Amino acid sequence: MSALTSLTLKAALDGLADKSFSSKELTQAHVEAVANARALNAYVLETPERAIAMAEASDARRARGEAGALDGAPLGIKDLFCTEGVRSTACSKILGDFAPTYESTVTANLWREGAVMLGKLNMDEFAMGSSNETSAFGPVINPWRRTGGDAQLTPGGSSGGSATSVAAELCLGATATDTGGSIRQPAAFTGTVGIKPTYGRCSRWGVVAFASSLDQAGPIARTVEDAAILLKAMAGHDPKDSTSLPVETPDFPSFVGRSVKGLRVGVPKEYRVDGMPPEIEALWEQGIAWLKEAGCEIVEVSLPHTKYALPAYYIVAPAEASSNLARYDGMRYGLRVDGANLTETYERTRAEGFGEEVKRRILIGTYVLSAGYYDAYYLKAQKVRRKIADDFDQAWLKVDALLTPTAPSAAFGLGENSDDPVAMYLNDIFTVTVNLAGLPGMSIPAGLDANGLPLGLQLIGKALDEGTLFSLGGALEKAAAFKAKPAKWW
Amino acid sequence: MSDTSKLIQGRTGPWEIVLGLEIHAQVASNAKLFSGAAVGFGAGPNAQVALVDAAMPGMLPVINRRCVEQAVRTGLGLKAQINLWSRFDRKNYFYPDLPQGYQISQFKDPIVGEGEVIVERDDGSTFTVGIERLHLEQDAGKSLHDQDPGSTYIDLNRAGTALMEIVSRPHMRSPEEAAAYVKKVRTILVYLGTCDGDMEKGNLRADVNVSVCRPGAYEAFRETGDFSHLGTRCEIKNVNSYRYIQQAIEYEARRQIEILEDGGKVDQETRLFDPGKLETRSMRSKEEAHDYRYFPDPDLLPLVLDPAWVKAIQDSLPELPDAKKARLQTQYGLSAYDAGVLITEQARAAFFETAAKGRDAKLTANWVTNDLAARLTAGGIDIEDSPVKPETIAELVQLIEEGVISSKIAKDVFERVWAGEGGPRAVVEKQGLQQVSDTGALDAIVDALIAANPGQAAAVKDKPQAIGWFVGQVMKETGGKANPGAVNQILKAKLGL
Amino acid sequence: MAIDAATVRKVARLARIAEPEDRLEPLARELSGIMAWIEQLNEVDTDGVEPMASTEAVTLPLRDDVVTDGGDPEKVLSNAPRRSGDFFVAPKVVE
Repeated sequence: MSALTSLTLKAALDGLADKSFSSKELTQAHVEAVANARALNAYVLETPERAIAMAEASDARRARGEAGALDGAPLGIKDLFCTEGVRSTACSKILGDFAPTYESTVTANLWREGAVMLGKLNMDEFAMGSSNETSAFGPVINPWRRTGGDAQLTPGGSSGGSATSVAAELCLGATATDTGGSIRQPAAFTGTVGIKPTYGRCSRWGVVAFASSLDQAGPIARTVEDAAILLKAMAGHDPKDSTSLPVETPDFPSFVGRSVKGLRVGVPKEYRVDGMPPEIEALWEQGIAWLKEAGCEIVEVSLPHTKYALPAYYIVAPAEASSNLARYDGMRYGLRVDGANLTETYERTRAEGFGEEVKRRILIGTYVLSAGYYDAYYLKAQKVRRKIADDFDQAWLKVDALLTPTAPSAAFGLGENSDDPVAMYLNDIFTVTVNLAGLPGMSIPAGLDANGLPLGLQLIGKALDEGTLFSLGGALEKAAAFKAKPAKWW
Repeated sequence: MSDTSKLIQGRTGPWEIVLGLEIHAQVASNAKLFSGAAVGFGAGPNAQVALVDAAMPGMLPVINRRCVEQAVRTGLGLKAQINLWSRFDRKNYFYPDLPQGYQISQFKDPIVGEGEVIVERDDGSTFTVGIERLHLEQDAGKSLHDQDPGSTYIDLNRAGTALMEIVSRPHMRSPEEAAAYVKKVRTILVYLGTCDGDMEKGNLRADVNVSVCRPGAYEAFRETGDFSHLGTRCEIKNVNSYRYIQQAIEYEARRQIEILEDGGKVDQETRLFDPGKLETRSMRSKEEAHDYRYFPDPDLLPLVLDPAWVKAIQDSLPELPDAKKARLQTQYGLSAYDAGVLITEQARAAFFETAAKGRDAKLTANWVTNDLAARLTAGGIDIEDSPVKPETIAELVQLIEEGVISSKIAKDVFERVWAGEGGPRAVVEKQGLQQVSDTGALDAIVDALIAANPGQAAAVKDKPQAIGWFVGQVMKETGGKANPGAVNQILKAKLGL
Repeated sequence: MAIDAATVRKVARLARIAEPEDRLEPLARELSGIMAWIEQLNEVDTDGVEPMASTEAVTLPLRDDVVTDGGDPEKVLSNAPRRSGDFFVAPKVVE
């Protein structure tokens, strides 16, 4: 039965199509795997009965010849997505037992294609974090361990549960979100593929908002092709989201495996940062070589404002978050802690309901928007953001995509970065530019470091050009031939 | 430049008032500004609330085209600049009837810019109030404090309804001017169909900004644009009747003058008007002044209007009050006063124009604005639903023009028509109310009266007013039906006047 | 721009988050550290640069004025921590 959980999404869909197994069998295998993997703390809510019911419905559909693109495939859903009737918490105490009376557009798209829900996945609280250590449900443990060691490592964040569940074969694919790197960095830390599409490609309706101008949903999966299959189902214009782009969704899977001969790939020199681990530098060079071999033209480019992306992000994101999280006040849903009066009720509810990192970011955000500081901080950051976007526009005159490392290190130990918020923020150094510019970015597992931990390479593309990323990603994946899997200790 | 009638005499000298108003008008639309829930009164609690209005997690705003259109239409009606590019901002604060913890409004870049409104005073003179801007924003829900002693109940039906906030420049100088301004703006909005103007339901309400200053200071402000010439202003929130507006201003101005005359300083604050006590009082004070942390709403993109669309709206505007009033004067020769009364409601002006076709305009206007209006008001009937149609009034007027009945008899005829006894001509026939204009008959009656009352006849030469007694007697003889003009003429001739 | 305990207290009140007195100084240090790191943005010359409000080159889509929502109080009340019939219940507010 464990063979069923080792399949790629594509292989599983093929297996369902040619009746090698039923969705019920496939789903049951996953339900068991999930139940046996609680040590990883990837799932905050398991929904086995619902999963089996959905699987049975899928088998019935397939029998009638009405199977959708994902019919019968068991998936994990990041707890940031509102799922109707199923507790959705953004891994925060403040949402309590909130059970939405509505389904997010992205997950509705998946269910419409017949996918099966295994449960809700752990994440950093309100998607604020790079290690999944801020969750109200406790940290997620990376299935990967350093060779010869048993220290618990983080899977990255905020989509730590999504990345872990895919890497530990607890689902065929997972939904995730990315605001500053929260899909790509965990994918890199867990040897999986993750793509944050162009801003506006996926609907944000029903996704608990963190930073509205940066948030974007995307898949984490085991292969580039799997990610393409998932993204195709997740994406699509949604009139309920004013920032949803009114564009057709391309057939992403058809881009995987296409020749990348002649594509120009840029290497931005500013991504070569001081103190960069030599292994990551080496992997980057390796990636360049692989793409050259595949026929790409490699071009050195400059994105001069790269280093300002992180500070700009840490103004814009907290500012928007401070406003987006104002609705969590104990009046209409979630946790309520009574106080002597209205103000006290607000203050105690939010003090008890929010974790420390969330509170820190709300305070920063409130501060930078407050009277007298708007121009100096928020407005300034949005101007710097424009310059960052302009840098990319200049680059696109010369190249079709960019290749960079995904993260400045491999997975680190739990608690290692907890003392200094800024040290934690630096995890996003390679990924955050992409959110600020609204571009698509993908992480592909490219190799292992000396400790046997996965390292990822990032591809950045032009707006709405995920297709090129899937082609290049496929080429890199082929060249890297990353077959390593975490040894099962859980 | 300063009208002495607007001065308030204080202990230490004269003071003047300076007023600016922010009118909140609920947009006439089917659905809310950013959600598809219904707008309107009378539904059960929380029955008109979309997930967006309740600020559920993950909800997003989508703007209603009609609300945008209504704002543009209103801007055009206020002779204001339409900004083809505008943006929405979040105004952040915490309150239970504000589910998002912020109100979506427009701060830096509103949809409508500068305009002006010409306002008529009671005496017929006019003054101009500059409009600074108009912007769209969400209304909040309702807090009910009286349902339970220990808590406040929240109904979000109104949350998310589209409001137009119309901000005036501080160009009003008296309570009467402020009320007249609100009345005029309301009339314009109702003409345009962009707001139903129902102040009782709170669909149109005003925040009144009041400050006082010494004579001369206001003129300096107008010349330089420098607000430091004016006094500190206080804002009186949510005043929803003309009477309350005036009472609130009167109280607040006196309050501020007293403070200043005692050597104190007026604190800039937000106040509420208590109609029971006829006072304004400070709203529950916050430790800090409101810091709304405005920033552009990242869930919404800039609003860009197609100039062709704006032009189409312009072309579709109805005739507005000022234009209609001017036309009624030139086309029908009505006085400014009469025209002014007729245009307070479009339907009334329309009624008049239908009735006045081919008729004496002044006479028709009188009937519409006096007798008909009185009956309609007493019965709480809108003129659109008047049981007496324009053609009926026209018929009545024609009877007077033809001399068939006198104006006095016409009142009786009108009452009978109103009571449902039939059309005017029919009533006159049936009741035999035709004027006696037959000079022969009248001659005879007058001769008989003079003969029977020689003393009175003689007295008239010394006291011409005494002719009234004779007129009365003739009326008595004729059951009120004598043609008053003819009677007067005959009496004068026979009494030698 | 260094943030002191008084500022933290003020900002926490604006954000309606109760911060105990003994957290104010540590938070002031943490937040000051973050703000100091952010100061490097001042190195960027942004004269004449338009702030980026959106990464998309599209404008606001408009919706038809049709009632498509609401009419179901349960849908918005079902998760309410305190309710009375179809009302949300909040602590007493004094105006």
